[in-house]
Order: sequence, then structure tokens, then C-alpha cells
Amino acid sequence: MTDMTRPGLRPSRIAIYGLLILACLVYLVPLFIMLVTSFKTPMDIRTGNLVALPTEWTTIGWTKAWSEACTGVQCEGISGYFWNSFKMTVPAVMISTLLGAFNGYVLAKWKFRGSDLLFGLLLFGCFVPFQVVLLPMAATLGQLGLANTTPGLVLVHVIYGVAFTTLFFRNYYVAIPDALIKAARLDGAGFFTIFFRILLPMSTPIFMVSLIWQFTQIWNDFLFGVVFASGDSQPITVALNNLVNTSTGVKEYNVDMAAAMIAALPTLVVYIVAGKYFIRGLTAGSVKG
Amino acid sequence: MTAFKRTLSALAVSACLVPAAATQAGEVEVLHWWTAGGEARAAAALKEMMEEQGHTWKDFAVAGGGGEAAMTVLKTRAVSGNPPAAAQIKGLDIREWAKLGFLTSLDDVAASEGWGQLVPPMISDVMQYEGEYVAVPVNVHRVNWLWVNPDVMEKVGVDVPNTLDEFFTVADKLKAAGYIPLAHGGQPWQDATVFEAVALAVMDSDTYRKAFVEHDMDVINSAVMEEVFTKFAKVMSYVDDNAAGRDWNTATGMVIRGEAAMQIMGDWAKGEFTAAGLTPGEDYLCAAAPGTAGEFTFNVDSFAMFDLSEEEDVAAQKDLARTILEPKFQTVFNQNKGSIPVRTDMDMSEFDACAQASMETFKSSADTGELVPSLAHGLATTSYVQGQVFDVVTNFVNSNDKDPVKATDQLATAIQAAK
Amino acid sequence: MEQTQRRPAGVVSAPSRLLDGLQRWLPKLVIAPTFVLIGIGIYGYMLWTGILSFTSSSFLPTYDFVGFDQYAKLMANDRWLTASKNLAIFGGLFIFACLFIGVVLAIFLDQRIRQEGAIRTIYLYPMALSMIVTGTVWKWILNPSLGIEKLMHDWGWTSFSFDWLVNSDLAIYTIVMAAVWQASGFVMALFLAGLRGVDSSIIRAARVDGASLPLIYWKIILPSLRPVFFSAVMVLAHIAIKSFDLVMAMTAGGPGYSTDLPAVFMYAHTFTRGQMGLGSASAMLMLGAILALIVPYLYSELRGKRHD
Repeated sequence: MTDMTRPGLRPSRIAIYGLLILACLVYLVPLFIMLVTSFKTPMDIRTGNLVALPTEWTTIGWTKAWSEACTGVQCEGISGYFWNSFKMTVPAVMISTLLGAFNGYVLAKWKFRGSDLLFGLLLFGCFVPFQVVLLPMAATLGQLGLANTTPGLVLVHVIYGVAFTTLFFRNYYVAIPDALIKAARLDGAGFFTIFFRILLPMSTPIFMVSLIWQFTQIWNDFLFGVVFASGDSQPITVALNNLVNTSTGVKEYNVDMAAAMIAALPTLVVYIVAGKYFIRGLTAGSVKG
Repeated sequence: MTAFKRTLSALAVSACLVPAAATQAGEVEVLHWWTAGGEARAAAALKEMMEEQGHTWKDFAVAGGGGEAAMTVLKTRAVSGNPPAAAQIKGLDIREWAKLGFLTSLDDVAASEGWGQLVPPMISDVMQYEGEYVAVPVNVHRVNWLWVNPDVMEKVGVDVPNTLDEFFTVADKLKAAGYIPLAHGGQPWQDATVFEAVALAVMDSDTYRKAFVEHDMDVINSAVMEEVFTKFAKVMSYVDDNAAGRDWNTATGMVIRGEAAMQIMGDWAKGEFTAAGLTPGEDYLCAAAPGTAGEFTFNVDSFAMFDLSEEEDVAAQKDLARTILEPKFQTVFNQNKGSIPVRTDMDMSEFDACAQASMETFKSSADTGELVPSLAHGLATTSYVQGQVFDVVTNFVNSNDKDPVKATDQLATAIQAAK
Repeated sequence: MEQTQRRPAGVVSAPSRLLDGLQRWLPKLVIAPTFVLIGIGIYGYMLWTGILSFTSSSFLPTYDFVGFDQYAKLMANDRWLTASKNLAIFGGLFIFACLFIGVVLAIFLDQRIRQEGAIRTIYLYPMALSMIVTGTVWKWILNPSLGIEKLMHDWGWTSFSFDWLVNSDLAIYTIVMAAVWQASGFVMALFLAGLRGVDSSIIRAARVDGASLPLIYWKIILPSLRPVFFSAVMVLAHIAIKSFDLVMAMTAGGPGYSTDLPAVFMYAHTFTRGQMGLGSASAMLMLGAILALIVPYLYSELRGKRHD
């Protein structure tokens, strides 16, 4: 271990840092380009180069994207769609995470005949291409009277998100010693008591993983949003697509990029603020599977 | 018991009807993909006119040039029993929707407005299913246009080409002078747009119709078709290398800025020139695509009307159908969209020179039989055959060897399989 | 059946027996809603798609059976063959590159690096973006007339050429690049988390025995991260199949149909071309391929775990 006490002096350390920093640049460049472009004027974008700083900083792209840009016939920016996305994402994330927690608990600690098979079926469900389910799902939602409503969209996201949340929780709970559960059962604790009193208090890390994962997936979804939301409750990804395709003559890349940033902001914030809980949760959970 | 039930339902119906009769204002949800500049303004004009009549316009825009995403959305909406009031559906697809029983008859509106006299039969045929109107035509686009930047032509000292051979000569000179001769976007429907213009130039309009409307295998699998592919490859060789995936209006922008000299595109491109503040005849020129003077490839936008249940919404829907064919809307809309009115009785004096020329060719070609439906825009054939042709054409453009014999063979196989 | 076995015991009082029975059924009751949802939403719809693939459905579903016609048509379709080949190239390269980059970065980042938290966040953030955004940005960066190529020309390197995006032979690799950019940081995070869980005394013992650090990683640490590989492959395969959005935003399948993927093919035929039977057949083949690749892997991994 002595070699680690004075890092930074050996050539291999320099190589490691060099590679890590190079990788940082590769990962950052697209974000940098988006940000810089969103603050440029259209003129600047055409004449200047990709990575140059704006000659004149302007927030016009941002204000326009937020409240003026056209997404079809309406020209009210994407602010309204921003809240639509929240209205859909929050319940969908909550429900799918809770369902996943219970499912994971059952599949890890209350195994029954066929429970492994069920788990396998659930896992395979992660790989169904969503294009396949659009039409039958639309027919089902129509029968339920949920076609083109926000609850309908939430239901769709729950169905296709629950496989992953179950996977997360199951792998996390499998690692918790069975003895703990057995002892509690001997003390007379029931199914729910054990879950709420013993497992739930130690589940914060995996809840973070599930919440972050689901939030990102659902917020960023385009296909379900465009198909299963009605005109005025469309999520922001659909509005972004409309905005990027709504152009006259000169493409306003600054507005496009600002809109893309606005659409990505909530998930970016979640990753930057809660990223360390994400890693912590993964460390504690799915990895030890 | 049954009597009681009947009274009950009668009561319920009348209870529903009362508010409906009181307020005639309904809601129309309109699915469209007009999100680019001139198109969006044209759609906004319709929205305004509907709101003037007291109805609510629920905009349902799904962007994406050819309307692929919009069609997906429409299908899922229809399957879930919740279709919009009106949707932008074109050509032979209208019949498919009607066959499935989704569309409502507009015959009462058509009769009271006299659509039969207003709209040329070639177009009203497309709007009908089993003799009933199920869709409203909005406009007529001419697809075989050549858009030209006159400054570039003047600098190089060439004239607007009238035939394909002239086009090749002119393009060579432009290329030598450092300009991109032909602005183009490498998307399947744009490739097909140029392809059909070349096809019409090489073939006469009868042969074109035999090949792409009637799918006559003797014409499709022939030396003429090989000739079409050969000329098409030559035309495409004047496009810059970075065209892949480019939007059509970005390509038009290249003509506007003088980076490129010409573009073969339908008259919606005019909206882009207008938005840039340019005047036709001075700042830009419109001419028939090389070798297709006097011929007219038509592309008609239309709204199909879906079967609705709410009384007031049906009223709004009928108003929408009526409004679309009114002269006032036809003028405003088509000026924004770059197309010409679908009514042949319109006063064209408020339109620009290109639109006037288009209207003249429209009328004359209808008489001479040189009015042909556009293949690239779904007026000539079913979406499946169209898709197969797109695959062959776009694959040909992007292949390394560009072998016309092989392409003709593939086209024949594809159409045969899809027929 | 289990209940009848219990009854003769008879010592337990009636209410608590009821409670006991409830307790035993409770887990199944709790998990039941999910399986109803999955049963319909995934397996029911799969079955329905399977049925449609044997019909001549064109515009909307019809039940006019034509046997294996659609599959025969599919096999003769050049575009489908391109799409299948692309999926193999894309899926294989994407998963391999993400695993490789993820492992290397994770190992390097595990060497007591300063500012580790910040670097980790930088690697991870692309995962937060939607594929539409990623596709739009990369399309821009890789576009020869707007992006890197123009930048290099502006900087005076005029012979620089990078036109993969518009070259039909190479465009599929640009999709791989964008997808790897997006997901490799996440794989890094998974492996970093795994490395943190490795008992450091093992490493110390191996070092005492004179093993070199790379050898220790190769022979001891990486094999112990098998479950992490499993999680990573699961997530990556999931992303690879869902990269429809990325292709649509970056190339829409072009130039020509050179970057077509089975999901794009299926979508185009089912929804825009009115060939629902053909689209369904392609969906079934796609599912079959996934089944053939994923299920043995799932089985061996889940099986292997039980022996531990």
C-alpha cells in the first residue's frame, strides 16, 4: 500500500489522470456545444464555429423556447408541456416504484412455487420493443375509457416500468439475510409488518435508484407520450420534437438547443444532485444480486 | 320493463340534447403535421376562422414532414375509439379509412355548398367513398417545380433549363463555378419527389400513369424504366455529398442563400421563399421541372372527417368542412402554403405569378390528360406500393454502383410483391 | 391443497387460522396485480401480434389467415435483411464497447482519484438525457457541413474528413458512437459500485503473493464482478432494443435505409405503410431473436446464483 501514499508522482498516475480527463472532455463536449449554442445569436451560429464561445451572449433562445416558440399552430413555447410532464411522471414513478418494492419483497423473501418463473417472465418483459404494444394497448385503453388521458398514460408507464423496479428491489432484498425475516416471523410479525418495520427503513438507497431510474425513463419517453397523450396534455418530449421540426427558412438552432436543455434539465438536476445516492444504491443493491 | 327502459333512455337523450341545441359551439380536434413556417401559418388561419364561428379548435399537431408519426397516432386513436374530428389524410388512404367505417358522410354539406361544381372530378373522386364525400380537399400542390436562384444563374451565365439535357449542361457549368447545382435532402420522400419528376420527363404522362397508377408490369420492367434510373442517377450526381437526412426546407434555404442554384420540390417550397421576404420572378424563379412543361403532378392535401358522437362537435365538424372550401379560406390558406385553391372558379389575381402559372397548367393539363397524381405523395398508389418504391429509389441513390438494370429489376419485384 | 393438509392439525383457533391462511396468500395477492398487468400488457399483446403475423392484415387488424406468407415475404425483403444485420452490428458493438469503456473507466476511477465525485457525475450525466436529445446533438456534431468536419476546416486542417453520418456504409457506426457515449458512463457507475464491494484484503493478499495489479484485476476482481456484468448486460440490451428513438432522431434510418433497425422496420410497415401482417411478422422474428439470446443467459445467470 505504500505506493498509494504518494500518488501523483509516478508516471502511471499521470497516465490514469490523463485518460480520465480525456474521457471527461469527450463526455462534456456535446453538453458544452448545446449550452454554448443556446446562448448564441442565429447569426453567430452560422458564421462562428461549433465550440467557440458566443461573441455576444444572449438568453433570447431560452426565453423564446420557454414561452414564444411555435410547437405547431400554438406559439406559446414549451412551458406548459413542462408541467404536463410532471403531472404524468410523478404518479407513474411513485406507483411503479411502490409496486416494484412489494414485488421485489415477495420475490426475494416470500418465494412460492413458480415465483422464479414469474421473475423470469418479468425480466423478459424488459426486452419487448414498445412499438409492438402500441395498437393493442390503445384498444385496451379505449375499452377502459382511459384513451388519451393522463391516467391512461400513467398506467402505460407503470406497466412497462414495473419490470425494472421489481428487478432492482428483488436484487436488493435478496442480499438481506433470511435469518432477519425468520426471526421476525417467529416473533409473530406478519407480511406487511416485516416489510414496513424491517425492510422499508433500510431501503432508502434502492428507493433512490428506482426513483431516479424511473424518473429518467418516463420523463424522457417520447413514443408513449405522442401516442397516448391527448393534444393539450402532451409531455415535453413531444413538444420538443414539434418545436425542432417547426422551422421557417433559417433554423433557429439556439432555440432548439435551449428547448432541448429545458427538456433535459429536470433529469440532469436529478443526476447531478442525487447521482451519489444512485451509485450508493447500486453499490448496496443490484450489484451484489 | 322495456317500456320503462325506453322512456328512461328517451329522457336521457332529450336531457343530452337540450344543452346541445342551446349551444351550437362545439370542439374540433384537428390532427395535422403542418408545423413548418408557411404551413403552420396556413393552419393558424383555419383555426382563427373556426374560432370566429364560436367553435373551439383543439390543435393536435404531430410534427415530422411526411406525417409518419401523425399516422401512428391516428391509428392508435382510432383503435382506442377516440379519433379526432378531422385528420390530415391523403389520397388512397382516405378510401382505406372509409372502408373500415371510421369516416362520416359529408354529403349534406357537399350538396348545400355545391362541391360537385366547384371541385374538378379528378380530385373529388379521391374524396369520395362509394359515392359519398368523406373528406374535404384543401388545396392542390404542383410537385414538379424547379426553384431557381436567378443571381447564381446570372453569375455563371446560364439560363433556366427546360429539358433534362439542358439541365445537365447547366449543372455542369454551375458545378465548375463552385456552386451546388441541385439542393436536395436525402430523405426517402425527397428522393422519390425528384425520381417522379425525372420519370415524367423521360416518359410521357400516359406511360407514367401506366407504371405508377396501374402498375403495368410491361412498363415497369422495361428499357424506359432503366432510362429513368440512368437519368435519375445523373440528376442526383449534382447534389452535394452532405445531403443525407437534410430537411427539405434546409435545402430550400441553400437556394435562398445562393449556396445552391436549383431545387426540384413541390410548391410548398414557396412558403420558405416568402418567409425570407423574396418576390417570385425577381428574387427567385419557378419553372416546371426539366422536361415536364405542361405536365402537372398533383398532390392534394385533404381532411378526412371522422364519425363523432357529440351533436355540437358534429356541427363544428360540418362547419369546418364548409369553411375549408370557402373562397376566403382558400385564398388565405393557399397564399400561406404556396399551393393553389382546389376550387377552379377562384379569382387568382391576389396570387403570385407562380401560383397563377400553376393554376393555368392545372386547368390545361386536366384537359389534355397530362394531369397525373404524385407517386411520392401518396396520390398515385397505396401506401404499401409507395413504400416499396421509396425503398428501391432511396436504396438506388445511396448505393455505390447505381446500376439502373438492377434497380429496374428490384422495382418490378417490389411492385409485384406489393400489388 | 396446502390448506387441506393443514386442517387436521386443528390446534389453531379459527380466526388465527384464517389469518394464517391470509398470511400465506398475501404475497401472492400482493404480486397478482403486477402479473395481471404484465400478463396482458406484454404476453397477451405478444400473442396477439403473433396471431396477426399469420394474417393478411394491412391497414388495421383483420383475421384472414395466410399461413407463413408474411414470413416468406420478410425473408425476401432486402430492407429487412439490412435491418437485421444492423441490429447485430449495433447491438454487439454497443454492448461490447460500453462494457469495455465502463470497466476501464471504473478501474481507473477506483485508484483514489481526486475529485472522484465530480468526474463520476460527468461520466454519468449523458444517461439523464433522452435519446431524442442525444440524437439531435450528435446529428449536429457529426454532420459534415456543420460539425466536427467544419470545425477542423475552420481551424485550418482542410484535408480532414469525417462523413460517416452521410455514408451509407458507415452511418450505422455513428449510431453506435452516440449510444456508447450515452450509456457507457452508466456502466462505469455499475462497475465502480461493484469494485467498491470487493474485499480489499483479497487484493492485499494477492499483492503479498507478488501478483501484479493488472493480473489481480484480470484474474481475481473481474471474475468476482460477474453479477455486475449481468446487470450491465441487462440494462444495455434493454437500451439497444429501445434505441429506436436514437435512430429516428439521428438518421431516421438513412441514408437510404442503411441504418434501419428491426424496430424501425416494424414501425414503418405497421403504422405508415399499412402492412400490419408483415410488421407483426417482423416483430415476432425480433422477439424470437431476443428470446434466443436473452433467455439462455438469464437462465444460466439465475441458475448459477442459486449454487453460490
